[in-house]
Amino acid sequence: MSAATAARRGIGRVSRRAGPVRRRERGRRTAWVFSAPFLVLFLLMYAGPLLAGLGMSFTDLRSTDVRHPLDVNGVGLDNYQRLLHDDAMRKAAWNTFFFVVTGVPLTVVFGLAAAVVLHSGIDRARTFFRTGYFLPQVTSIVGIAVAWRFLLDPQSGLLNETLGAIGIHGPAWLADERTALPSLVAMATWRGFGFDMVIFLAALQGVPRELYEAADVDGAGRWAKFRRVTLPMLRPAVLFTVVYSTIGYMQFLEEPFVMTKGGPLDSTLSASYAIYLQFGAGNYGYAGAAASVLFLVIVALSFLQFRVLRPKHV
Amino acid sequence: MIRKAAVYVLLTLGLGVVVTPFGWAVLSSFKPEAEIRRNPPTFWPAHGTLGQYRDLFHRLDLVTVFLNSVVVALIVVLANTLFCSMVAYALTKLPFRARGAVFGLIMVQMMVPSIVLMVPQFVVVANLGLANTIVGIVLPYLVMPLGIFLMRQFMADIPDELVQAARIDGAGEFRIFFRVVLPLCKPPLATLSLITFLTAWNNFLWPAVVAQSQDKYTLPVALAIFANQEATHYGLLLAGAVVVVTPVVILFLALQRFFVEGIASTGIK
Repeated sequence: MSAATAARRGIGRVSRRAGPVRRRERGRRTAWVFSAPFLVLFLLMYAGPLLAGLGMSFTDLRSTDVRHPLDVNGVGLDNYQRLLHDDAMRKAAWNTFFFVVTGVPLTVVFGLAAAVVLHSGIDRARTFFRTGYFLPQVTSIVGIAVAWRFLLDPQSGLLNETLGAIGIHGPAWLADERTALPSLVAMATWRGFGFDMVIFLAALQGVPRELYEAADVDGAGRWAKFRRVTLPMLRPAVLFTVVYSTIGYMQFLEEPFVMTKGGPLDSTLSASYAIYLQFGAGNYGYAGAAASVLFLVIVALSFLQFRVLRPKHV
Repeated sequence: MIRKAAVYVLLTLGLGVVVTPFGWAVLSSFKPEAEIRRNPPTFWPAHGTLGQYRDLFHRLDLVTVFLNSVVVALIVVLANTLFCSMVAYALTKLPFRARGAVFGLIMVQMMVPSIVLMVPQFVVVANLGLANTIVGIVLPYLVMPLGIFLMRQFMADIPDELVQAARIDGAGEFRIFFRVVLPLCKPPLATLSLITFLTAWNNFLWPAVVAQSQDKYTLPVALAIFANQEATHYGLLLAGAVVVVTPVVILFLALQRFFVEGIASTGIK
């Protein structure tokens, strides 16, 4: 025992029982105990399944083989090669790409516009509008699907009735392969922009007033202030919303699942939904390969976005 | 002045667009099937009726399904409030060498697409004998990454001296956690409870995979299956949608302050 430890030991009853070193060790052990629920669940339900999913992508595992593990053969990269020549998978990849490159900008731009207007355009009823715009975010996709299918019904839907009243013959929306995917993008934007709005509203509160005052002194107009002050200050929030909605939209599955079943003619078949169908058909190895590709693309995209959108001077 | 008025008009129009799908669904759910299909449509129900809800009640075992949803949501909320706070305490207030590694794992869990995990997770659940059980439905969601972030953000701002003082007074870590730190965490715990409640209540795909018999369905699962069988019976489906959506809308409207501010705090820092 060092003199310092001995001196500290004198301080109180507790330290006599456990010196700082032992207390520190006990703290470390407690940290593991406190993290245990997360760690156990992570290993059991996330790490294990993720590795299993990657592993089975190199095999010809089918649902019927689960009881006879010895019949399963390694097939190397065959499943991955098959992906490249699968028309449905290519269609699904294209649809997912379309969904992301239209949905993400729309959601972020609408979220940003709503936040800027609520923050600086009005001084009353801000909470009222914020609550209203956020509402679709908290509701069940199944409930939303029912409401939107009714809204978009070609005959008795409110949208086509309204269009008809001003003399436009509306399309069959979800039943037409040209309008089905854009309809889902519109629905996802409607559902998601409120979340981005809330993030931007919080970020706007962190922009110092002095910056705007300085811009006023320099004679900057509204647009110049937005472009030169607001937008650069919101960079971290833009990064977060873009990465977050990209991760979400890359996985879009519930929308086509409950709205269109991927149709008509695979026009709303997404990558996740195509994988889901392959799992359903029992092609575990093949579905695992497709799922692994999706995972890698998501990780790569998030990484890329972090590099490009990261705040430049911190 | 005119400018400001124009902004309010614009915001109100936007709000109209946002709430129309719900508003229209609610109004239509009180109309008989013939009126729903009438052309041009009636705005206010001309022959207001609870018939659709009554039919729904007979067709689905609504009480069981509703209770399943409540039980699932409550288990998820309770588990997350406890477990997420515990992890956050380890990450912010304890000497923890693996802090960075654990944080990395939390990020991984956020990024893995649910579709990658679905079948392997089901194999695990089935092997544990938990297929078609409520426990199986809640198992993957007992410690959610977003909840850990939320609690960590808040606990990081609680002064270390406070915890240190309790330690010098001889309190053990569990005692400090439950008696000193948790009582200070009411605002983020309110947010956490709401977010996890909504996530569990609205969750659809996983419960649809695990629940194999009607007595284990949650509300969204039951409604989705019903919507498949009765794709064009709008009145019934709209009534179902109202039943699924109304509880969370009420909860959200009552507690939206915690919710919105809590989300904002996780996203920014």
